[in-house]
Amino acid sequence: MPGGRRLVRNRLLLLLVVAGLLAAFLLSFVSHAPNRLVSGRGVGLGEVAGGLRWLALLPGFLLLPIPFLPQRREILWLAGIFSAVFLLALCWLAGDSVMRLAEGAPPAARTSLGSGFWILSFCAVLALVDAVQRLRLSTALGLLIAALVMAFIVALGFSGAFDRLSLALEIANRRDVFEAAVMRHILLVLGALLPAVLIGIPLGFWAHRRASASGGLFTMLNLIQTIPSMALFGLLIAPLAALVAAMPWLASLGIAGIGPTPAIIALVAYSLLPIARNTAEGLSGVPAASVEAGRGMGMTGGQLFWRVELPLALPVFLSGLRITAVQAIGLAAVAALIGAGGLGSIMFEGLFANALDLVVLGALPVVFLALATDGVFRLVTAAVEAGPR
Amino acid sequence: MIELDHVTQRYGETAVVDDLSLTVAEGEFLALIGPSGSGKSTTLRMVNRLVTPTSGSIRIRGQDALSVKPEELRRRIGYVIQSGGLFPHWTVERNIGTVPELLGWPKPEIRARVGELLGVLSLDPGSFRDKYPHQLSGGEQQRVGVARALAARPEILLMDEPFGALDPVTRVALQGELKRLHRETGTTTIFVTHDMGEALALATRIAVLDRGRLVQVGSPLEIVAEPAADLVRDMIGRDERGLQLLALETVATRLRAGDAASGEPVSSAASLRLALSRMVATRTDRLPVIDEAGRPLGAIHLADLIGR
Repeated sequence: MPGGRRLVRNRLLLLLVVAGLLAAFLLSFVSHAPNRLVSGRGVGLGEVAGGLRWLALLPGFLLLPIPFLPQRREILWLAGIFSAVFLLALCWLAGDSVMRLAEGAPPAARTSLGSGFWILSFCAVLALVDAVQRLRLSTALGLLIAALVMAFIVALGFSGAFDRLSLALEIANRRDVFEAAVMRHILLVLGALLPAVLIGIPLGFWAHRRASASGGLFTMLNLIQTIPSMALFGLLIAPLAALVAAMPWLASLGIAGIGPTPAIIALVAYSLLPIARNTAEGLSGVPAASVEAGRGMGMTGGQLFWRVELPLALPVFLSGLRITAVQAIGLAAVAALIGAGGLGSIMFEGLFANALDLVVLGALPVVFLALATDGVFRLVTAAVEAGPR
Repeated sequence: MIELDHVTQRYGETAVVDDLSLTVAEGEFLALIGPSGSGKSTTLRMVNRLVTPTSGSIRIRGQDALSVKPEELRRRIGYVIQSGGLFPHWTVERNIGTVPELLGWPKPEIRARVGELLGVLSLDPGSFRDKYPHQLSGGEQQRVGVARALAARPEILLMDEPFGALDPVTRVALQGELKRLHRETGTTTIFVTHDMGEALALATRIAVLDRGRLVQVGSPLEIVAEPAADLVRDMIGRDERGLQLLALETVATRLRAGDAASGEPVSSAASLRLALSRMVATRTDRLPVIDEAGRPLGAIHLADLIGR
């Protein structure tokens, strides 16, 4: 029946709306515990949105009819705006309810965000992404919207809206540890990316120049990729420890069987494939006729590389670097298990102590770092490509 | 101007170019023609040293080409290839300005030269200057390719099947423009093609190659009138040869001055082939002939086309 098929114009949004409604009614929005060792009491959205506060949920209600409307640009813009505002309203409502629950409670009391909040926020983010994609906005505009929403949430945080949240209390309690972990994490990633780029680009070059011989290289790099990260970290401990035992002067350089050394080696090994492969792919994507013409017009090898090959290969290379960086940010979290430090150590501490807030405290910055890195690289790639396309 | 002296190019056992000697005079338009694998492209690419000959010598204006730095040599020689080879990330302006930029011309001079060349190749400078290659049609891309090769006023222009990938209408239009350009600039040109029609229409001299060896060199008329080998006859087209001969001579050569005829007149500069075609189409055996200004000169007879 054609009429029935036309009823739902946006199935994804309908799914998100239904999931959001279920989460709002069935799951706890925040959870309150007298201290962080006992599990908390769930507080539903109905209890939280008392008085006139339910008005904050209005943008969410406005999203309800949109899956059934024709997906014209104006409607999509409205869907995007409603989703974004709803996300901010959820954040504000969470901070506000935590604040009220914490009033008069002992300092050891912990109020944390519940599954209802996470699912609703997740639905709002996906609805926003869906609207942005359907609008076919440029990379720059899409990232600008993401940055704007992030800025609003950060501003809410600075205004003190989340100060009584268990997460914020954890940060406040261990600010030094948290900041050191973030720095350590970034250093691990940069420490791995730099050698990976320095080795990967020449490897990619070599693979491009001798395409017949490059099969073995990529087979080997692919093999490394298939080793689970935990196993690779573990495998490196014994040989490195033996190496340091044999040559004690290495220890004075900070090299050891556990800690950052095996972590960085493993991260470099993982990063080589995407960097080398995308370097080679980018170079072989340069039209042969352009190279021939450049040579025929009297460009030297260097001129040909800097003016023709590099600019034409750059977008593919950058997307390889983007994948590598995002991958390294995630893998570096696992490296905490072999004592490399970083945000992973906070996550695992939370996991082993059954303190969910600590897990979130470690995980959120990893997600944020990965998203921000992805966004920056996408923007740069789009800028590089903007000329000819 | 260009002297190839006993030039050989080997890849392993096979000689792609085999003991080839050929001289191109100043201002000449030489077509190198032959079947695929005849070594015509390799010969062309030896002139700007994209290929270094295994043995033999190449002199340009008396100077040994192998003693000059290849990059410097190539910047003095315009080069056009079949697929255009435009840089996709550069605008038309920057593409055309490639060699002048390499030579360090001042920016305003490059800009002026680009405008001038776009005009010469019938591309409106206002709308084409800032376009990217992917916004152009195949014919427009190849015009830009020719403009780019001419940008630094090269002594020599090398063209490797430049119109091979174009549709017939665009190809004929570009052949016409190239002929006009050559007449105006007099740039010594070597043009590789496998299309005898194209070679006959453009070249002042034709060199036929087969398996790396020179089969015949001569003016278009010599090639068609006295083909030196079966290959040459085949390339002309055995059944086409008579018509090709007519295409190479003008009505003026067979004019009966003062004679009168009725019907639509032909120009004395038109080819005999055109006159024949007109006679067959209008079912007549003689046509009035006029000069460029339209004044009557006489008539041309069907019988005279066969030759005297």
